[in-house]
Amino acid sequence: MTNGPITAEPMAAPEQPRTTHSLFAPDKRTAMRNAQETRFRAYGLVAIVIALLALVWLLISIFSAGLPAFRQTFVEIPILLDAKVLDKAGHGDPAEMASVTTIGYGKLIGKALATEVEAKGIDIGAMTPKDLVGMVSENAAADLRDMVLANPKLLGTTVQFTALANGRIDGYFKGRVTMETAARDNNTSPEKLMLADKLVAAGMMEMRLNTGFLSMPDASDKRPEAAGLGVAIIGSLYMMAVVLCLALPIGVAASVYLEEFAPKNRWTDLIEVNIANLAAVPSIVYGILGLSFFINFAGLPQSAPIVGGLVLTLMTLPRIIIPTRAALKAVPPSIRDAALGVGASKLQTVTHHVLPLAMPGVLTGTIIGLAQALGETAPLLLIGMVAFVRDFPGAPLSGLFDPASALPVQIYNWTQRGDPGFVERASGAIIVLLVFLIVMNTAAIILRRRYERRW
Amino acid sequence: MSLGLLVLTVLALAALGYAIGRRRAMATAGGDLRKLHSLPTFYGWITALGVLIPVFTVTVIWLFAEGFVIHNSALSHIDPADVPADSSVNLMMADVTRLAEGLSVLQAKGTDVPAVEQDIEALKTALGDAGVAMGNDPTPSMIAAAEAVRGTAKASRLGLSVVSLILAVAGLAWGLRRISPDFRARNATEKVSLGMLIAASLIAVMTTVGIVFSLLANTVHFFSIYPATTFFFSPTWDPKFGGGSTLGILPLVWGTLYVSVISLVVAVPIGLFSAIYLAEYASRRVRGIVKPLIEVLAGIPTIVYGLFALITVGPLLRDWIAMPMGIGNSSSTVMTAGLVMGIMIIPFVSSLSDDIINAVPQSLRDGSLGLGATPSETIRQVVIPAALPGIVGAILLAASRAIGETMIVVLGAGAAAKLSLNPFEAMTTVTVKIVSQLTGDTEFASPETLVAFALGLTLFTFTLGLNVVALVIVRKYREQYE
Repeated sequence: MTNGPITAEPMAAPEQPRTTHSLFAPDKRTAMRNAQETRFRAYGLVAIVIALLALVWLLISIFSAGLPAFRQTFVEIPILLDAKVLDKAGHGDPAEMASVTTIGYGKLIGKALATEVEAKGIDIGAMTPKDLVGMVSENAAADLRDMVLANPKLLGTTVQFTALANGRIDGYFKGRVTMETAARDNNTSPEKLMLADKLVAAGMMEMRLNTGFLSMPDASDKRPEAAGLGVAIIGSLYMMAVVLCLALPIGVAASVYLEEFAPKNRWTDLIEVNIANLAAVPSIVYGILGLSFFINFAGLPQSAPIVGGLVLTLMTLPRIIIPTRAALKAVPPSIRDAALGVGASKLQTVTHHVLPLAMPGVLTGTIIGLAQALGETAPLLLIGMVAFVRDFPGAPLSGLFDPASALPVQIYNWTQRGDPGFVERASGAIIVLLVFLIVMNTAAIILRRRYERRW
Repeated sequence: MSLGLLVLTVLALAALGYAIGRRRAMATAGGDLRKLHSLPTFYGWITALGVLIPVFTVTVIWLFAEGFVIHNSALSHIDPADVPADSSVNLMMADVTRLAEGLSVLQAKGTDVPAVEQDIEALKTALGDAGVAMGNDPTPSMIAAAEAVRGTAKASRLGLSVVSLILAVAGLAWGLRRISPDFRARNATEKVSLGMLIAASLIAVMTTVGIVFSLLANTVHFFSIYPATTFFFSPTWDPKFGGGSTLGILPLVWGTLYVSVISLVVAVPIGLFSAIYLAEYASRRVRGIVKPLIEVLAGIPTIVYGLFALITVGPLLRDWIAMPMGIGNSSSTVMTAGLVMGIMIIPFVSSLSDDIINAVPQSLRDGSLGLGATPSETIRQVVIPAALPGIVGAILLAASRAIGETMIVVLGAGAAAKLSLNPFEAMTTVTVKIVSQLTGDTEFASPETLVAFALGLTLFTFTLGLNVVALVIVRKYREQYE
């Protein structure tokens, strides 16, 4: 700053030519400072652009990997359910028919597929019926068996059975599997892929919307095509129900006490500092608490939504208390004074006037807290929610104690599997999770926009 | 009586108490509202609360004590000689619990349980048919213990039902007897309600106590069976199931700090510059659009970032940077995790800094601009120094978030504990090891499992310290301008 433009130089040497300064022509230093200004602004702009590009990149990467999970390749096969094979005793009794295992049904599907392929005049080359079975999912046999056992009357008839195509065939149509990779793959072969092309041409195989992704339970390591989110979605819903039922009332009660009743003393200070710190405790620590207290000490079952719900409740509580207190604080004192003035007690003032007026803010905070809880993974890993669960949990209350999975944990689980088909499933599950989150956050924004009053 | 039915019965009794209490209050006043001390609803409420609160308290305590009592009653049946040499009483108790559940399943199926129990082979097949898996074959003492579990559990539930119902009815009768026109029902109701509000706010304190206690107790247990010097100073992390592990925390702390530092190097410039731009340069409209968009980054679950690291960023860094330069061939690296975590904590830095920059009084800016400084000079020489404590607080909070983050490092950083400087190598963090040592394990007996609690305590202390320092700095700063 010392060498700025000097205003007066009365004793300047006369032989030096006077430099004329126009205010409109910036001198060198001003130009430099202006350039610096432009650069500084540009840094800010670049930072924002990077942050937004990161967001776009993240979303594009997840969506491009995950959208295929919502479409799936299916094979249409007319199958003659031979009573002689499936019900040897001939009584039509499901208990007796259960002795035929999925292997038997698998053979049936292979045979039916071979017959159908022959009828359509498709050349299968050197492929055996056993290879043909490899075209459909290993889950197809179990599906067919369940279908027959649920309805023994189907025996002897020919049913139009829609089977899931094998994960590799499905991957071929989605561009995940190519002829080169298939040649090196033990689970499929280029011949199968070529046959798949022919089946598509013959109209037996097609790709369509996969509703099973949302309704089916998880499937084992070799059947990514059959894996679905059914159990995980129910588990997550159960946990959210527990969190809502516990965290909302407790959070509101605690906030009301701290904001409206608590005397200003050390004890209150301690509680407040405590809540602020709990909000910043890493989520995995809550998992440790859940494991050692709820599971080990209290003896609650592992993998149960009730434990997940309790852990998430403790985690969500501070995240509900903080916005709730802000909402209560925003209600002007004149409302309280008016209520107290006409003879209401303090509790009546709060329950009849302050709380209803603060409700939009409370609900907004609760929804956002729930949304965070929905996406939380780490604590659930510790309380055993990663277990492989295929059975749907029962109806609420007792179902809360049944093993279940949860959306984020199911995603983690799928990322740990060997088959590349599960990456697609995991990304698809993230899309489902994000849709839930978007819905919840939109609800929160609408609530805030529409009902929140500015005093 | 099942728990659900019990809850419903007690709720029904409470509702009954409310209705009768109201009516009775009116009746005692002879139908004249003015003679009552409080409004009739308060008489109803206090009666209902008199039913609910004792039952609720007793039930909660009972349910927690139940686990304890059942465990001890079963333990007394187990013959120490029956415990296999390579197993522990705890493992055996897990089997006993499973056996007890299996027996209940068999009973529900209509099997003659006492008969089956005489024949261990038959029991095994029956259990197998029912789909109950056991770690070891049942022994007579285990069967006795399992029967004790079942018996105690059944007696406990029956006792709970009886005690709850007696308490509920007694509470109802006592509440109704108390009702008279002079009874100050409103004061009593409000006192009880206030008590419930206090209890709710104490849950937060109890959570902290629970966390600290469960971490401390198990950590003390860990150090009683494992030398603390090795834990704190050994440079190797090598857990072996079956004993003889070296559990040095140094590589984990190193990995944690390395990942966090990279993430801060990414997030601090980006977050700070976007905060400055949004607070000082952006128009209202741009701010209104960009700020929520950046905050979306904070609302995305961490598992999403983890998958992003695993399927996109990791392979990208490996194929375009690490492999061509020959400095690594793994896609799970410190760099991957640090970069992705950096993206995640951008909004933590930017939002807080934005608020703090906005809180700097306009008069400071006006003064600087009035002296001829350009906006950027004003920001660098006046606004940022004034906001610095708050910004440091924001960065510390972001750092504590980075240190405690789990899913990104689980999926992005790898599992190999290493002390290395190369950011393109897989390393691991404290949180990753907590997950891998503890997942699905409930037998806290070996140092390999218990070490997770020592790690958790370390993590808890670290993040708590950072948060406290950050909060103190932020609070001190706020006092300056208010």
